[in-house]
Amino acid sequence: MSTHTLRAKRRRAAPPTAAFMSPWLVGFSVFFAYPLVSTLYFSFMKYDGFGVPVFRGLGNWSYVFNDYPMFWPALRNTLWLVVVMVTCRVVFGLGIGLLITKIRTGTGVFRTLFYLPYLAPPVAATLAFVFLLNPGTGPVNSVLGDLGLPTPGWFTDATWSKPALTMLALWGVGDLMVIFMAALLDVPKEQYEAAELDGASAWQRFRFVTLPNISPIVMFAVVTGVIQTMQYYTQPLVAGKVASGIIGGSGQQFEPGYPDKSTLTLPQLVYNLGFQRFDYGSACVVALVLFALSMAFTAFLMRRRGGLIQAGD
Amino acid sequence: MTQAPQTTRVPHALDKPVELGAPVSPAERTARRRALLEWIAVHALGVAAALFFVLPFVFVFLTSLMSDSQALSRDLVPDTWEWGNYAKVFDTPGFLTWWKNTLLYAGAGTVLTVLSSIPVAYALAKFRFRGRNLSLMLVISMMMLPPQVIIIPMYLFWAKQLDLSGTLWPLIIPMAFGDAFSIFLLRQFLMTIPNEYIDAAKVDGCGDFKTLLKVVLPMARPGIAAVALFQFFYAWNDYFGPQIYASENPGAWTLSYGLESFKGAHHTDWNLTMAATVLVMAPVILVFFFAQKAFVEGVTLTGVKG
Repeated sequence: MSTHTLRAKRRRAAPPTAAFMSPWLVGFSVFFAYPLVSTLYFSFMKYDGFGVPVFRGLGNWSYVFNDYPMFWPALRNTLWLVVVMVTCRVVFGLGIGLLITKIRTGTGVFRTLFYLPYLAPPVAATLAFVFLLNPGTGPVNSVLGDLGLPTPGWFTDATWSKPALTMLALWGVGDLMVIFMAALLDVPKEQYEAAELDGASAWQRFRFVTLPNISPIVMFAVVTGVIQTMQYYTQPLVAGKVASGIIGGSGQQFEPGYPDKSTLTLPQLVYNLGFQRFDYGSACVVALVLFALSMAFTAFLMRRRGGLIQAGD
Repeated sequence: MTQAPQTTRVPHALDKPVELGAPVSPAERTARRRALLEWIAVHALGVAAALFFVLPFVFVFLTSLMSDSQALSRDLVPDTWEWGNYAKVFDTPGFLTWWKNTLLYAGAGTVLTVLSSIPVAYALAKFRFRGRNLSLMLVISMMMLPPQVIIIPMYLFWAKQLDLSGTLWPLIIPMAFGDAFSIFLLRQFLMTIPNEYIDAAKVDGCGDFKTLLKVVLPMARPGIAAVALFQFFYAWNDYFGPQIYASENPGAWTLSYGLESFKGAHHTDWNLTMAATVLVMAPVILVFFFAQKAFVEGVTLTGVKG
């Protein structure tokens, strides 16, 4: 083929790409690039939504890190959730995935039952758990009390609120179950047969055949779990609101974190600073911290070629 | 992977038909006994896990049928079954409006997302162009971005410049410009369609647009179904978006946002709150039963390498 026709071909191939990509190019510019730059700009400005933004230098940054009483508790909670909640979810999800591949009778029914809670709308699921774990008359404490076990305050007790949220997260483990189930079924059967011939125990088969084969998926589950934790907003906010009894219409404004800042997460700070305190500048500082953390883990997810998300071909 | 994962059966000692009267070797008998014990252990665990997943639904449903006073007690089962609680929920001012708004947000949002994301996903999956990998990486970054990161400028844009706060339009309009998660999921699906089909269409004289419409889309139906479902549920479940843009105007609230204030208005009426909770959960679960395959496929697709 001569260079002339090649060039003609390429010229013909160019327009559709731009046309096909155009919705996203607009979306990317207007709903991603522009607001990111604007967030950076506002993080140096004093602005309450009225009048003109006034340059404040690093004032917002210093306020958030030094004087805003909710920042460090939120960061500590995020660390707790990353360590405890993500770990519990991955271990439990893998366990349920293993279980479902072993179940031989009624597999479809079990799979559906295990998966359903993942679909429950977060606000509805949170309301349900605040009710179930209601300290005085909730079903869980009723049963615990009848068995003579301690009855924690769950969503009303700062020590128990995060464990209660973790139980809610474990209830919705269906997404991980499906991912692990697919990965487990992809493990070559011959490797199990070979291990069995070598006299490997069930644990050894799991440790030396299953785990190495599914480790990329475990990694994927951990990293996406961490990213989801950065976005953790609806459940802790609604749980705190409902458990405290301060909900819209009651005249009081709910300050996120009930009880005692124990359910604060970073996204809630953006809401608190921006839409309750009307300090848009400081809200943008928290937003940028959240951005940096999310992107760091996303970059990690994309850099691991050959297992996780592959950008190339 | 285009097939929904099925639990394929591994050969198993219990599978062999039991021949009555036939001699069974001692080794086989031990294998059978072990297999039976394993079956019992696995299924007992399965039932225990199923209880953990199902009992919350059961308690919520039972409480939704209790009388006002019994809902405040420690009882687990209603004395009298108050089906009228559901009628009371529908009589609550605003509840029907929340339903209407949710259907508008979820319905219009889903249609717009699918229409705008398909061409982008197709280009990312099948076109070769400079900047393709960069675009894909940016799509993934957008997908992973917490919505709170950019909410301040977006709110100022919609509320101060376009005067659209108090409506759901700031949530619906952006969906006409491609949704990162939908683009990514569709792209993963379109990658699985062999290029030969596309090349054949080109040889037959189809342009890129016609190829997409006549050849690729019919094959991509399961992927499109998964994206539509995810997007519908995303809008149905969204709390943050309506909280930011619609909170000032109860006429624009959605179910997910209104449900919380429902609890506020019925402080001690756990029965009515749980009935409302059931009414918010039920449509999602019903849709799931009708579209289970597409759903499970979509979840798997997001976790499988491209």
